[in-house]
Amino acid sequence: MGRRMKGSGAMTAAATVSVGETPVIELKNVSKTFGEVRSLANVNFRVDRREIVGLLGDNGAGKSTLIKVVMGFYSPDAGGEIYFRGKRVDDWSVARARKLGIETVYQERALCEKQPIWRNMFMGRELRTRLGLLDVERMRAECARLMSEHMGFTSAAVHPNNVVATMSGGEKQGVAITRALYFEAELVILDEPTMGLSLSETKKTLDFVRHIKEVGRSAIFIDHNIFNIYPVVDRLYVLDRGKVAGVFSRADITMDALIERLYHVARTGTMELPQ
Amino acid sequence: MTDKALQARPVGNRGAPPSLMLRYGSQLGIIGVGLAMWLGFVIAAPRVFTDIDIYRAFAETTPLFGIIALSLTFVVITGEIDLSFPSVMALGTAAFCLVAAYGGAPWWVGLICALLTGAVCGFINGLLVASLSIPSLVITIGTGFLFRGLELVLMGGTGVPLTAEQYPQMHALLREPVFGFPVQTLWMVAILIAEWLLLNRTQFGAHVFLTGDNQVSARLMGVNAARVKIKAFVLVGVTAVFCGLLSSIYGYYFWPSTGEGSLLNTIASVFLGGTSVFGGAGSVVGTFVASFIIGAINAGIVSAGVNAFYTQLAFGLVIVISVVLQTIIDRRIRRQSLTGR
Repeated sequence: MGRRMKGSGAMTAAATVSVGETPVIELKNVSKTFGEVRSLANVNFRVDRREIVGLLGDNGAGKSTLIKVVMGFYSPDAGGEIYFRGKRVDDWSVARARKLGIETVYQERALCEKQPIWRNMFMGRELRTRLGLLDVERMRAECARLMSEHMGFTSAAVHPNNVVATMSGGEKQGVAITRALYFEAELVILDEPTMGLSLSETKKTLDFVRHIKEVGRSAIFIDHNIFNIYPVVDRLYVLDRGKVAGVFSRADITMDALIERLYHVARTGTMELPQ
Repeated sequence: MTDKALQARPVGNRGAPPSLMLRYGSQLGIIGVGLAMWLGFVIAAPRVFTDIDIYRAFAETTPLFGIIALSLTFVVITGEIDLSFPSVMALGTAAFCLVAAYGGAPWWVGLICALLTGAVCGFINGLLVASLSIPSLVITIGTGFLFRGLELVLMGGTGVPLTAEQYPQMHALLREPVFGFPVQTLWMVAILIAEWLLLNRTQFGAHVFLTGDNQVSARLMGVNAARVKIKAFVLVGVTAVFCGLLSSIYGYYFWPSTGEGSLLNTIASVFLGGTSVFGGAGSVVGTFVASFIIGAINAGIVSAGVNAFYTQLAFGLVIVISVVLQTIIDRRIRRQSLTGR
């Protein structure tokens, strides 16, 4: 519980990115082989502080493998290096990644529908009193505060005691993202967060993603849909057949140009357009 | 986050904090059923149901299965079931007899050995269910036969007298009234308080709900679902043995068939108490009240002059109606979930 935020101030104090600042996470020359199949090949990847990085690519491009390496599910093949805030980490694992502040918001959101919102907010990391008992009142109060300050609910809107099943898809994503931020995630991995959501719910979810940056944290945003991913990211990695086919700053490329490049990658396996 | 950031605004009145009726609806419903039944029995058999003796009888006999029902609530909330507890009641009490009666060890050594036997039985059940993902419905039928068979082999199918002269401390603990109040119900109330705290005010209790609601989500968020299930089964094992001792001391004799006949009462109490057959929801308070309703059905039907054969019919109805109601509620929640409302 040591990494938990003490108050709203910590969440709203957005840091300013300075040029040359150490990345939150950096992968150098990372490959991952499963038997005969090489899912990742010499990938270099980094996420800076207060940056939202998008991952685009077709099925089998290596997005999931790359994310699982970042999460600590897979360790890279020999020769690959992982740096967290500039320090090389050799014993990379899920537990280590989580301890350092890498949280994943899963596609299915990892919520328990029949439970109240407050119980979901603190799932697996319940607040306790000095006697070791659950501090239910504090969890309810904290949940109400988080919902009000970070999810846009007034206290009269949605009560922490309401079960999650009564929330919309976008609101559920809000709970999952707010939960990750509350536990001081340095880096939030969003695995297809808009999957199966309506347009309005997708908009809500994208607003939650922007909020991650507002509070000074970083995110990796994986999505199949370029129209969802493009408006919220700072940089985009395009993966193809286990390799980084291209890295773009959103400021440097329009969506139309990006789409054209993606078509080109799908056809030729190379990012460079013919002159 | 700014106002424009999210337009997640209240829809209808869903934002209001859940009302008392919504939060405690099932418990209030059970209390209502209990009161209605009691009134029915009072009208049908006024002489019996206005006499204190019938209530004393309830208070002495209901905990013999009600205490297990309290613990079984944990297992059912995790989405599992334990059908082996009647055999565990017998095997644990047999362990007491072997150690204290045949082995000559002090009563408290026998008591500890008995409770440990229950814990081991629960651990075996939990391990098979949680680690090997064997459906609990199937495996606990198997272990039920196994534990019963072991008990019969160990005891040679014979019973053991457990008189107050032989075991005065056990009788003081488990049989003698306290200031005229049946000690069995005092034990049940004490265990209710302890298990309420365990379920609602400890991390283990929180994880019981999360595991039963969505095991995959719970695991992703760092909950060790297997360990939670094993602990819940151990809890049932230990309390089953406690109830085996309670009922044997109550009858001054350990019968090799101890526990037989307690299965239906116990399971009916859990489901009538509002615990969801799908897991993720339940209440020990609901189980507590439901146990006394189940206990009253038996005596009430006979006292009201109805043929005792109707008791089974009543139990069956109680289980079917409560499970159907739970299913309807659960479907409504799922539908809300699918539509986002």
